[in-house]
Amino acid sequence: MPSSKTSAELGALYQEMILDHYRRPRNKGTLENPDASVEMKNPLCGDEIGLQVEFDGENVSDVKFSGRGCSISQASASMMTQLVKGRSAGEIDALRKRFRELMLGESSAADEPELGSLRALSGVARFPARVKCALLAWNALESALAQRQL
Amino acid sequence: MNVRADFPLLVNNPGLHYLDSAATSQKPRVVLDALRDFYETANANPHRGAYALSVRATECYHEARVRIARFLGVRDSDCLIFTRGTTEGLNLVAGSWGMANVTSRDEIVVTAMDHHANFVPWQVLATRKGAKFRVCELTPDGRIDLDFLAGLLSARTKIVAFSHVSNALGTINPVPEIVRLVREKTEALLVCDGAQSAPHFSVSFDSLGVDFYAFSGHKMLGPMGIGGLIGRREILEEMPPYQTGGDMIEFVYDDRTTWNVLPHKFEAGTPNAANAVGLAAAAEYLDAIGMDRVIAHERALMAAAQKRLAAVEGIHIYGPAVEQRSGVVSFTLADVHPHDLATILDGEGVCIRAGHHCAQPLMRRLDVPATARASFYVYNDESDIEALVAGIRKAKEIFGYVPA
Repeated sequence: MPSSKTSAELGALYQEMILDHYRRPRNKGTLENPDASVEMKNPLCGDEIGLQVEFDGENVSDVKFSGRGCSISQASASMMTQLVKGRSAGEIDALRKRFRELMLGESSAADEPELGSLRALSGVARFPARVKCALLAWNALESALAQRQL
Repeated sequence: MNVRADFPLLVNNPGLHYLDSAATSQKPRVVLDALRDFYETANANPHRGAYALSVRATECYHEARVRIARFLGVRDSDCLIFTRGTTEGLNLVAGSWGMANVTSRDEIVVTAMDHHANFVPWQVLATRKGAKFRVCELTPDGRIDLDFLAGLLSARTKIVAFSHVSNALGTINPVPEIVRLVREKTEALLVCDGAQSAPHFSVSFDSLGVDFYAFSGHKMLGPMGIGGLIGRREILEEMPPYQTGGDMIEFVYDDRTTWNVLPHKFEAGTPNAANAVGLAAAAEYLDAIGMDRVIAHERALMAAAQKRLAAVEGIHIYGPAVEQRSGVVSFTLADVHPHDLATILDGEGVCIRAGHHCAQPLMRRLDVPATARASFYVYNDESDIEALVAGIRKAKEIFGYVPA
């Protein structure tokens, strides 16, 4: 079916902030002594992410990501790393759930101040085929936090 | 060529620019009618009943095989085994012939452009048997490097598997030269992945020179879930069954079973008769157009697309020259990821494939995570190219072109 996506929807998807994070990703690289390390792939499209996390007690003290993928997956990873630094596993879990709601189109999440720059990704909800791109980094982070708890 | 009116999905979606036929083709009305007609007039379990309806189903199934065999130039139609598609056909050869004949002293050769379906089954077979798995490298423009291939071949080579046409780049490989090389230097089994050749130009198995040729119906205007494997009779006769069960047996005793004759030995269970009939209708339809016209039409479109795309700053096109390709254009646009490009094109009603095209070893060699791929077929025309180019310009606008 020809998709009924409008230019406005495409504009909302590819906001300046997303393209900026895509072209100048923050916290991209690897950590020297990570406490948790996760590699995750989306076998359907080939996107891949490596995520490394350092903890200070309960809190994430540093996080870096590597890999390649589309603008949505890269921007989501970049923004996520900025947002979660200094936060506890519990706080991060709450953010992750809220972000997932945003991706599933729950409108209240779009006004959630806690999500910060990640709200720029709210347009993804209108593109179901791309939601998995936005969630890849968060799935990797969830897995890294689980590693920590083992 | 103006056949768009024959395709209900395209008629129902006038704004749709379907450029993903290398993934799967749209279906003409005659194929859909043939499916419905089978179920409405001939549906029963073939080879089973003594009643007239079952006999009718058996006849339909048999006639479909003969028709498709004729389309692909195999005189001995019992050497055409119906499968779910190319993937199953290749797995059949690996699982049956491969498991029975490959040893740890042997080598299996594939190419770096092969689809995962013609790569992974051989890799798994090699691992199981402790055989050596070797990958033939490509020329920089994406053709099989024949010198490299010659260097790989030896008396130890047991299987050589290659694609007739690359799904990711469209490269048409020189079968006669490959066959000559392999036959000169080895006694190897030659397996050809025909998923991307059967739909697009005339193929004659009997003069191709390979031992096996696998193809998919859904890429050649036929239904999903049907395809075939063509093999040389003397090899098929010697091979053990691939799957066992009903229809493929001759006699079953408490302690042993004997096998049915070809092609039934390799078709366990209730056959996919309706889809075989649908595929035969697709072959009929393609023959009515003429395969020479099909390839000429695609070539003309591809050449036009190539010209238009090459004029867009930031576009990089992969693969050899147009004359050496089937109807596929694989490309990237500056630093715009192919998935983003595909999303933006979708907004314009243009369907392309973005990704690794089930050819990760190839993508690694091209040093790209993914490409965008537009592929052409009988129902495409200049307007599809117009829409593609317009969509690409829009993507450049949205992303703001950044020269590499």
